[in-house]
Amino acid sequence: MSELRISGLHVEVETETGPKEILKGVDLTIGTGQVHAIMGPNGSGKSTLAYSIAGHPKYNITSGSVTLDGVELTEMTVDQRARAGLFLSMQYPVEVPGVSVANFLRTAKTALTGEAPKVRTWVKEVNAAMEKVGLDSTFATRSLNEGFSGGEKKRNEIAQLDLLDPKFAILDETDSGLDIDALRIVSEGVNRYTEAGDRGVLLITHYTRILKYVKPDFVHVFVDGHVVAQGGAELADQLEVSGYDEFVKAAKVDA
Amino acid sequence: MTAVSNVAEAVEANPASHLHPTPSWELTDHPLPSGREEVWRFTPLRRLGALLTDAGVSGQPLKWETRLPAGVSLEPISREQARALSVEAPIDRISALAALNCGVGVQLNVPADAELAEPILLTGIGTGGSVAEHLVITVGAHARATIVLRYTGSATLADKTDLVIGDGAEVTFVTIADWAEDATHGGHHAVSVGRDAQVRTVTASLGGDLVRLAETARFAGPGGSLEQFGVYFVDAGQHVEHRLFVDHNEPRTTSYVDYRGALQGKDAHSVWVGDVLIRKVAEGTNTYETNKNLLLTDGCRADSIPNLEIETGEIEGAGHSSTTGRFDDEQLFYLRSRGISESEARQLVVRGFFAQIIRRIGVPEVESRLLKVLEAELEVMVATAQGDLA
Repeated sequence: MSELRISGLHVEVETETGPKEILKGVDLTIGTGQVHAIMGPNGSGKSTLAYSIAGHPKYNITSGSVTLDGVELTEMTVDQRARAGLFLSMQYPVEVPGVSVANFLRTAKTALTGEAPKVRTWVKEVNAAMEKVGLDSTFATRSLNEGFSGGEKKRNEIAQLDLLDPKFAILDETDSGLDIDALRIVSEGVNRYTEAGDRGVLLITHYTRILKYVKPDFVHVFVDGHVVAQGGAELADQLEVSGYDEFVKAAKVDA
Repeated sequence: MTAVSNVAEAVEANPASHLHPTPSWELTDHPLPSGREEVWRFTPLRRLGALLTDAGVSGQPLKWETRLPAGVSLEPISREQARALSVEAPIDRISALAALNCGVGVQLNVPADAELAEPILLTGIGTGGSVAEHLVITVGAHARATIVLRYTGSATLADKTDLVIGDGAEVTFVTIADWAEDATHGGHHAVSVGRDAQVRTVTASLGGDLVRLAETARFAGPGGSLEQFGVYFVDAGQHVEHRLFVDHNEPRTTSYVDYRGALQGKDAHSVWVGDVLIRKVAEGTNTYETNKNLLLTDGCRADSIPNLEIETGEIEGAGHSSTTGRFDDEQLFYLRSRGISESEARQLVVRGFFAQIIRRIGVPEVESRLLKVLEAELEVMVATAQGDLA
């Protein structure tokens, strides 16, 4: 099971001029084993959706609910949500100086499973996961994300997805800033993750090109803090041709 | 053109940071500070007590435990000899009093060309009262040595330590202020880096009520390289002050300074002042200095002031940075988004913050001691956080 159900989600952030509503009622259900793509122009609230689900303190959920397999996430702390099975691949993975990738991964795996992974097999698993995304084993001893290129950070996110094996993954613009080789490697990682058929993915992207490699079951167009259109993979093809303009205009008329 | 060069010469003849008083052995050149002076304004003078008054010493000298590899000597020397061997005269009243009141000086000598496989360990144990020490460490040309100077116990110590490193030598010098809670330690550590010598200093201030060290460094010839690392943990009520001055007075010299501290508890106070002077002659200098402070709780304060004075444009590079802050929310969020609890995420961040320095020390005994103290600090941090939640 890996059903993520978002209903009536309203989220605001604090600004200098007071609270500002970013998400204006999001309803979305991603069934077990499905891949949903969320596409939208810059500033539409896509990343806010990702961070709000993961529990970033900057985002204040004013109403609505997010459940993973029926378990309410919005009342949980950030780490409780992760232990409930949620994973967020970040658009800008954070550098943590002095904390090695290996140490970080072992600490995370221990926290998620409740027991420390066996040293001998774990090192092999880490090296294998790194190799699959084209990072050599020296990355395990380096400080987490420090001095990594943009592409290396994204590959590292996908290696974590592989090793930590969550129920449900939100990928926030994991494809942005990648060259074609890195895009293919990252896409293959996502496909390996969904292969078993019981893992869910919410793929947030600005561009259609990753959808050539990762086939979504559904595509949602996100404008002004909510979903304005949905369809199958063909909706992405339409966006490729016509862009977001008509959806943005329609949203303005509605408003 | 003449006018310009006159100005340049005037600057060169009377150089040095306005922040650094002229070195002198005469106590009268170091009057009792009022607290308004730039170099004293952060220091709680009242708590320095006997370190500033000329009342002689009241305690027994520090008890020294030593481990000296073959060929290394540790001998008492007269105060006059100590002066003659020193890098420079005292730059403040505390170290001037140290040189005046020490009775005899002590010289640690590593002969030229010695290759020491084991570190030299000097542990000074305080048994109460005020004491004064003048230690001169001389390392001969092309020697390789690691020297660890550790202070424990209780004392009010006025300290003058000079480190004269010969040409081409490779030296790691570690000072650990590992005092009991009531100790007070002030003074001046001066390093002279020989031609093409490579010197690394590590200063760890872990205990005591008040620690105030002025650390100065200069070069005795071109091509020398100096790395200075510092680690300090400051708990409630403690005052830890490091004032550094690197004098690039020779060409093609490099310096890298990295001091990091963590503070927790009410009125924990750290001061870091890092001055670097690149003189007109010091062409080809490369220098960088950085200070980072982590404020783990409310109620603590870190003052951090880097200064860079450059008198020539012909340098490789010069820079500095200073950051003081609480935990980075984005780092904590990232770690927690992988299932790691908030308390464990904080510990990871703090360990990482210090690991970057500790693992560069290269002396296993020192590294394990620092890691042990770090773990104890983390326990306090976790307990405090739990107290806040309760």
